[in-house]
Parts: sequence; structure tokens; C-alpha cells
Amino acid sequence: MAEVMINASAVTRDFSISRGMFRGKQRLQAVNGVDLTVTRGEVLALVGESGCGKTTLAKILLGLLPQTSGSISLCGTPIGNVPRLDLAQMIQPIFQDPYSSLNPRKSIGSIIGLPMRVQGVVDQQTILRRVEETMELVGLPPRLLNAYPNQLSGGQRQRVAIARALVNRPRIVVCDEPTSALDVSVQSQILNLLNDLRTELNLTYIIISHNLAVVEHIASRVAVMYLGRIVEQAETTTLFRNPQHPYTRALLDSVLTPDPRLGVPNTQLGASYPNPIDPPSGCAFHPRCANAMPHCAQAAPDGTTHNDAYVECHLYSDSGVARTG
Amino acid sequence: MSNRVLSVKNLSVDIPLADGVLHAVDDVNLHVDRGETLCIVGESGCGKSLTSLALMDLLPKKAIRTIARLDLNEVSILDYSEKQMSDVRGNRMGMIFQEPMTSLNPAFTIGNQMMETLRRHHDISNADAKNLAKKMLEKVGITAAEQRLNQYPHQLSGGLRQRVMIAMTLLCEPELIIADEPTTALDVTIQAQILLLLQELQDEFDMGLILITHDLGVVARIATRVAVMYAGQIVEQGTVEQIFENPMHPYTRGLMRCIPVPGKTRPGEPLGSIPGMVPSLIGSFTGCRFADRCDLAKEACRTRDVELRDATGKTQAYRCVIDPQAMTKVA
Repeated sequence: MAEVMINASAVTRDFSISRGMFRGKQRLQAVNGVDLTVTRGEVLALVGESGCGKTTLAKILLGLLPQTSGSISLCGTPIGNVPRLDLAQMIQPIFQDPYSSLNPRKSIGSIIGLPMRVQGVVDQQTILRRVEETMELVGLPPRLLNAYPNQLSGGQRQRVAIARALVNRPRIVVCDEPTSALDVSVQSQILNLLNDLRTELNLTYIIISHNLAVVEHIASRVAVMYLGRIVEQAETTTLFRNPQHPYTRALLDSVLTPDPRLGVPNTQLGASYPNPIDPPSGCAFHPRCANAMPHCAQAAPDGTTHNDAYVECHLYSDSGVARTG
Repeated sequence: MSNRVLSVKNLSVDIPLADGVLHAVDDVNLHVDRGETLCIVGESGCGKSLTSLALMDLLPKKAIRTIARLDLNEVSILDYSEKQMSDVRGNRMGMIFQEPMTSLNPAFTIGNQMMETLRRHHDISNADAKNLAKKMLEKVGITAAEQRLNQYPHQLSGGLRQRVMIAMTLLCEPELIIADEPTTALDVTIQAQILLLLQELQDEFDMGLILITHDLGVVARIATRVAVMYAGQIVEQGTVEQIFENPMHPYTRGLMRCIPVPGKTRPGEPLGSIPGMVPSLIGSFTGCRFADRCDLAKEACRTRDVELRDATGKTQAYRCVIDPQAMTKVA
């Protein structure tokens, strides 16, 4: 059995949203009961439309936001009991936009070395040696050590962000849209690099992306989120070959593969994403679902396992509803 | 009546900077017919957005546009005065930008902004304008159009805002729409819906559409013809089938290898990549602009400028001196 790196159960996160000066607060459930297990060496992709809670979930895992309820343990220890610095040794983020995530007034060497200084390493030689090692690892030429971010291209900047995340040798890396701010030719280089680093350093990745072609390429398992819940989770090949949840199917249909013989797909998703402050009753997806049944508006579906996938949908639940799928 | 909506000859854009002149767009020739979608693809900084702004005469003040011919419906609009051009913009040539939040005015309601467009170009009463605006919102698939007219841009989601932008562009029934990355800021599900909508409306109004994007998936699905830009030049153009099934220029080929394609690329397998960076376009430049990143580059590539040359048939052209047979061996 592989080592469990992340174990989350029933994690929720609420925000209070102000409705105006005298009108009190309203509750928004950004993450609503997420169970997640990630083992060592896995690449778990979180996919879903904007506002589905994938970034909030990532922030909770990174310890940047406390969860409202539920429990999370990283490498076997509950994160509530881990001091911040130790948590940062285990898990590190890579952000989307390398133009805004690097301090323009610091040199590359100092940016990459900062996490070490934060961890209390004072010896300049140790830091320098480790920074140079890490730069080589991510394919940055050593002459850039004293350069500044504005002298670097987008791809090089993202390499700096990756080096900074890896300098303390974390075991889990959370990549929030690691390639969407980059050009196509650079995107492929970064994806290849992430893949190589994973095998070389035995890393575990959580990848947040809306680009499903990228997800299929790099992820080993995919979790599809909708309105704060994971509605389907399966191995990448299973999920792409045989999607179960109607939402997953619609998502996959809307991927534009570069095939000129196919036209623009009609996903039939109709109405736009629901307002998370006022979520639909029952199954949150039912107003947009092509397979919706009367029952869907009344009760939220329980999770079941169907065709090797974890799925939350009444089409597959055993609650005695007529099956149409 | 001819089908040609727009025809551009020898368009260049130069931007004087402190350390020399930046040749951002270099000798671009384009044309679009009615009902046709021309996609301009390229990476950031290749000049695709400046090309579109140059067509609308909306370039920043510093930029210098040189252009030999600019015909809209076979009539030259090159020597139009600023007043004449502003009658053309929004009325005969519409433009859709990437981020609808920054192109809609946050201080006015949707209805207000839509009616202003109509009243600017047509002699029409307020009531009629409102009616038309409402009809157009319904046409782009917005429910409860009456209420939407009284809402402000921030009250709408990104997808809805982009629909409003499209409705606004269509109000005056333009002959040509230029859409600059219209779906980049949107979710994949909404992206498919917006592209489908654009395509349906294009058919209905028989418009020409120029779509600027960096997403090859979008290009493959919606384009009739494709122009690939690199460092300010068109390096290859052709029909969408030609470009995707038989790309000729090493840059186009490189791009095609960079994207993971479900079913074709094997998960986890390394993707192709294009090493190096786009050259600086400041000052004069001789030879092929892609030479430094090209595996096939030879001496001849660097000594003289490369012209577009015809490939298979008349419709596909590419800017490369290398013998096509030598290329296929490597690719």
C-alpha cells in the first residue's frame, strides 16, 4: 500500500459575505464536505469551472486558510497540530502568473533562497549552494543568479517559481494553473519539467487546471468539483474514457481538441454557473443537467462507486429512483 | 456584389522607443470574405493584437501605421478622416475584446451603453433603440432581457458580459467583426457556448469574422482560414485543414507538437517544445526571424529576408527557404 500523503475528510470552508451596510452577513460555502486521499507519487488534478472551490481547497491544504470543519492530515499528521514552518517544509505552492508572483526588486538568487532563510538557515554558502543546485534542477542557467525578474521570459520566471517551491525539498507541491499564463511553446516545456521533477524527487502533485488536455496529459487521478463538492473522482484514463457524472461529460465535451474536422461542440449546459450564496436545492447541478429527474431537485445524491469512479449523482445512487442512464 | 469584406495590403506598424524603432508588425497582407472566419494565431508579442488595432485605426498615438491598401467592401477607407472612421467603427466594423469587464463602462447600465451605440450611428428614437437592444440580448441567449438592460456590468457573470459585448457589437449589423481573444477569460464550458453563438450569428448576418487567439483548439474548431504570426510577420497561411494536416513552416510544426492532444499524445510522455525566445524586433533585422529557434536553420536563412512562397495550390503560403522534402524528414 502506498504511503498516504494527504488525507482530508469532510472538509468545509464557509465565508461570510456582506450584503450591505445594515443587512447582516450571508454564508457562502466555498468548500462543502470534501473527502480526498492522495498517495505518494500521485498527481491529482482538481478541475471545475471558476467558483467551484478548487483554489479555496488548495489554500486550505497549504495552511493559508483554516477550514471551517473537517480534518486534514499531511504525511500522517493533522495539520492543526503542525507549526507553520514545518507545514511549509512538507507542502509548497506554484502559482499561475509568474509575472505577479515574483518580487520585482529581488534578484533571482534571493527569491529562490528566501524559503531557506525563512526556515532559519543562516549560512550564506549553504543557501547559495542549494540555490544553484535547484536552479540546475529546473533548467535555469547559473548566470541568471543575479538577474531580476524583469530580465526573464515567462517560461524562465515560471522555472524560478518552481525552483522556489522546491528549494526546501517539499514532498507535496500544489500547482494552481501552472501553465495558463504561458505561451503554447513554453507551456509544453514547463509540463515536461514538472513531469521530470516528479519522478526525480518523488513528489506528489495537486494540480489545479481548467485545461483538460493538460490534465489528461499530466494527472494520474482527476477530481471534478462543482459548487464546493467533488462530484466525480477517478483514475485519469477511466475518467476520460468513461465519464459518469453528466457534469463531467459536459466538461469533456467542451474541450476543444485541435481537430479541424470537428465543429464547435454544443454542451447543452445552458444556464450559467449558479450563485454559490444561493445554491440550488437537492443536487446542485440539476438546473443545468440534461438527465435531471424530479427527484434531483429534492435530495442531494449520496456518493457511490460506479464503473471504478466515485460519483455523486442520482443516476447511479441506490435510493430507489428509476434509472435512465 | 463581391464577397470580399476586408482586404489589407502591406500593413506595418512601427513603434519608436528610446533605444530604436520597434517593428511590431511587418508587411502583413490579409483578406476576409463574407461568412468566412479568419483566425490569426501566434504567441504573445507576435503582433496579432496590434494588427487588429491597426485595421480599426485604433493604434496608440505613438505607433506609426504604414499601409498600402485598406478596403472595406472593395471601397478604400484608407484616406477616411477621423470622423468618417468613427462612423465605420462600431457600425460597419465591430470589435470584441478579451476582457468584457474592462471594455464595458462600469458607471452605466447595459441598456444605456447599448442604446448609445445605436443612437450614435443611426437616427433612432430612445424607445426603438431600447426595443432593438432588448431583441439583440434575447438573440445572444440572455434571459430576462428587460431586467438585464437596467443592470450594471458588475452584476453580470463573465459569460453574460461577453454575450452583452457581442450583442452590442451586432446592434448595427456590421459587415466585419474583429474578436481579440474573445473567450480567453472564460471557463471552457462558457467558451464553447460563446464560440457557438459567434458562429451562428455569423451565419445569420453573413459577416466576416477575424478571430485572434493563441489557442489552437479554438482555431481548429472555428476557423475557415488561418494566419500564423511570428515576430510581427505572417509566417504561414492557409485553410484550416491545410494548416492542421499539412503545416509547412517549422514554427507551425513546432506549435502543433507542443500541445497535448487527447488520444494522440500519450499521457506522461514528453511534449515537443520550441527552444529559445522570440528575437528582439528593435532596429533592423535581416533573415528569417525564426532561424535562432529552428532545428533546420542554415546559412541562407540568416543572410537574406525570406518571402512568403506558395505551397500546395494557391491557398497555402509559408515563409521559409528550406526545401519541403528536407523538412518532412525531420518532422
